[in-house]
Amino acid sequence: MMAYMLRRVAYALPILIGVNLITFALFFVVNSPDDMARMQLGDKRVTEEAIDTWKAEHGYDQPLFINAQAGGLGVLTQTIFFQKSLKLFAFDFGASDSGRDIGNDIAQRMWPSLAIAVPVLLLGLALNISYALMIIFFRATYVDVGSVVLLVAMMSISSLFYIIGGQFLIGKLLHLVPISGYDTGFEAIKFLILPVIVSVIAGIGTGTRLYRTFFLEEINRDYVRTARAKGLPERVVLFRHVLRNALIPILTGVVAVLPLLFMGALITESFFGVPGLGSYTIDAISRQDFAIVRAMVFLGSVLYILGLILTDISYTLVDPRVRLS
Amino acid sequence: MLVVLWTDALIFVLIAVVLGFAFHATRHPHLRVPWQQVGRSRVAAGALVVLSVYVAIGLLDSVHFHPRLEAQTPAVGEASQETPTYSTQVISLLDLWLQPLREQEEKTFSAPFATHLFVKEAMEQPDGSVIRAYPRLEHGGAHLTDPARDRAPDILLSTLLGLVQGLIAWTGFLLMVLGLSAWRARESFAQRVLQLRQEPTQAAWRVAVWTLLVMLVLGFIAAELAVKYHILGTDKVGEDVFYQSLKSIRTGLVIGTLTTLVMLPAAVILGIMAGYFRGLTDDIIQYLYTTLNSIPGVLLIAAAILMLQVYMANHGDEFNSLVERADLRLLFLCIILGVTSWTGLCRLLRGESLKLREADYVQAAIALGVRHSRLIARHILPNVLHIVMITLVLDFSGLVLAEAVLSYVNIGVDPTMNSWGNMINSARLELARDPIVWWSLAAAFGFMFTLVLAANLLADVVRDAFDPRLRGTA
Repeated sequence: MMAYMLRRVAYALPILIGVNLITFALFFVVNSPDDMARMQLGDKRVTEEAIDTWKAEHGYDQPLFINAQAGGLGVLTQTIFFQKSLKLFAFDFGASDSGRDIGNDIAQRMWPSLAIAVPVLLLGLALNISYALMIIFFRATYVDVGSVVLLVAMMSISSLFYIIGGQFLIGKLLHLVPISGYDTGFEAIKFLILPVIVSVIAGIGTGTRLYRTFFLEEINRDYVRTARAKGLPERVVLFRHVLRNALIPILTGVVAVLPLLFMGALITESFFGVPGLGSYTIDAISRQDFAIVRAMVFLGSVLYILGLILTDISYTLVDPRVRLS
Repeated sequence: MLVVLWTDALIFVLIAVVLGFAFHATRHPHLRVPWQQVGRSRVAAGALVVLSVYVAIGLLDSVHFHPRLEAQTPAVGEASQETPTYSTQVISLLDLWLQPLREQEEKTFSAPFATHLFVKEAMEQPDGSVIRAYPRLEHGGAHLTDPARDRAPDILLSTLLGLVQGLIAWTGFLLMVLGLSAWRARESFAQRVLQLRQEPTQAAWRVAVWTLLVMLVLGFIAAELAVKYHILGTDKVGEDVFYQSLKSIRTGLVIGTLTTLVMLPAAVILGIMAGYFRGLTDDIIQYLYTTLNSIPGVLLIAAAILMLQVYMANHGDEFNSLVERADLRLLFLCIILGVTSWTGLCRLLRGESLKLREADYVQAAIALGVRHSRLIARHILPNVLHIVMITLVLDFSGLVLAEAVLSYVNIGVDPTMNSWGNMINSARLELARDPIVWWSLAAAFGFMFTLVLAANLLADVVRDAFDPRLRGTA
């Protein structure tokens, strides 16, 4: 087990290096730091001095790969590549273009993101599984057909409309909860209700449909027929046999997204004014803060790869037929 | 003077590919039979008709040109056969057709079918006093003398007129198609009609025909009304929302289809190579797509679009017009969306090629010393085509939805371009108004929902027809 995990982590390293190189190429080679400075300063006729001071302030005044002027190791370390890209591996994100410490910001903003993402995940899982199970119970009846039509229709609605609709209906017409904002401690709950409800509803379409196919796959298996032949009531067949086996793909799918929960939901958070990592990213994009976007790209990739590793491990844990190799 | 934008050219390439593929499919039973199964499905038939209406509008909007300016009356003695002058503006056939909609702009918001502006304005009365009231619209319902009394009968009359026109057009179309098919099948017209009325037909004609009727009638009613009113209201700068929604169709279709098309060669070549050659090639290609896949899609798009913005801000003079600039951004968005989404297809193709490689006929071909390139082209490629097609259909709706979200974050299409995402984005800020400005949102919702729903329904049927095993994967 230990050796397997080490191998997986070792395998993840080249991928992270690849991600790092891609972001480096995107941010520093396609456009030179001069271009970025000009964009940030916002005028075409910026003086050279202004560009130079901006670059010096943000640490973009070094050469890209090799610094011939610095002595010793500085030849390699006093460069943009080392300072801005390699340091990400140590989770040293540096300062954003507006001067704040990114690592600190991320540590702070992680919690509101989780406060939305975790309830959404759990509630959504419970709701989708029970709905899918209900559809399976009534399979090949009008409930089944009607539900599938409903699910496809729900899938066809843009997530933006769920948010706008939810804000309008619950927040503005019924005045039940505040439309947007955030607070510390337990006060935050009333701000969290709406985004959580909206996200769960928006996820029903895709989630339930997927789980329905998982259940359908299981229900045609031999062991189900055997269980029915033994005379087990349909309720027991569904809960004891079908549900437990279908949970394998469902849970491993959930494990894959677990690490990404930290990243927050981009659109939801910015619509509801929750100060999580999602709105942090969105703000950075609209302010064109390259340092933050770079940090988030790297962080996202790390979490994604972590999710892949966790999925593989969880497969071996829940399904004894899968061997580590 | 014809202008071919980049995306226009690619759209025509896509159509050529689709036609070529359709020709290929009719000659190969393993592709023809599933499509016939799709045709027999009633859901698919209806969805196909709706999609073709969208595609037709999108195509009309993809032929761009500089309109010819009205020749000024030549001065006395000047030769009148000078070269015609062209406007610098780039418009499409659709614009030409919707000329009234495009040009009848109001000052600001107006509700659907309104005759008065949505906001009060100071108006000078004949007696010199100034009151604040809702002024009449310049175009919407301007032909009515007394809007309060005449509007409802006028709308009703136009609706009826549109209904009748739609019915006539439908009947005409139906007669034409039936006549043609009867002539081709060398049967009498009555025989053909009778055949179609019998229950098991080759395709679900009846649903298709009824859907077409609905679309035609709706279209004619809209056309009849849109000349006189703003049937979906106007937006903040007084532009007709119905016009915007129609223009957005092209953007949605382009994103939904070209994204897959631009990355198709890479995905197909790399996927097949990985599965066929295995070994080091496989490792490199797998590494490539795992790396790309591990970057969160939205962030990669954001990073790329930010860089594009920097580039465009610094090289502003390289673009001839706003339209070209917006078009290039759209193309770039397609490419970058493609980069984030081709990995799925590549992985599927790799798996399938791995399997095919072990098939007896491929092993036989290898033993006979057939060259790799020829083997891939003859034996592997034709057998993975169905996966490519399913992916194209399955990805479509997700991409249309993605456009709206990306435009909301300002990393989507150019803000000057008509798209549902931009419509939602600008309308969102007006929700705080009281009474609420809902029509832009409703229009974007309606048009988007219809397209995505039709695409989703079709995708389901196509997937089931081609590969029941894939049912669980998406």
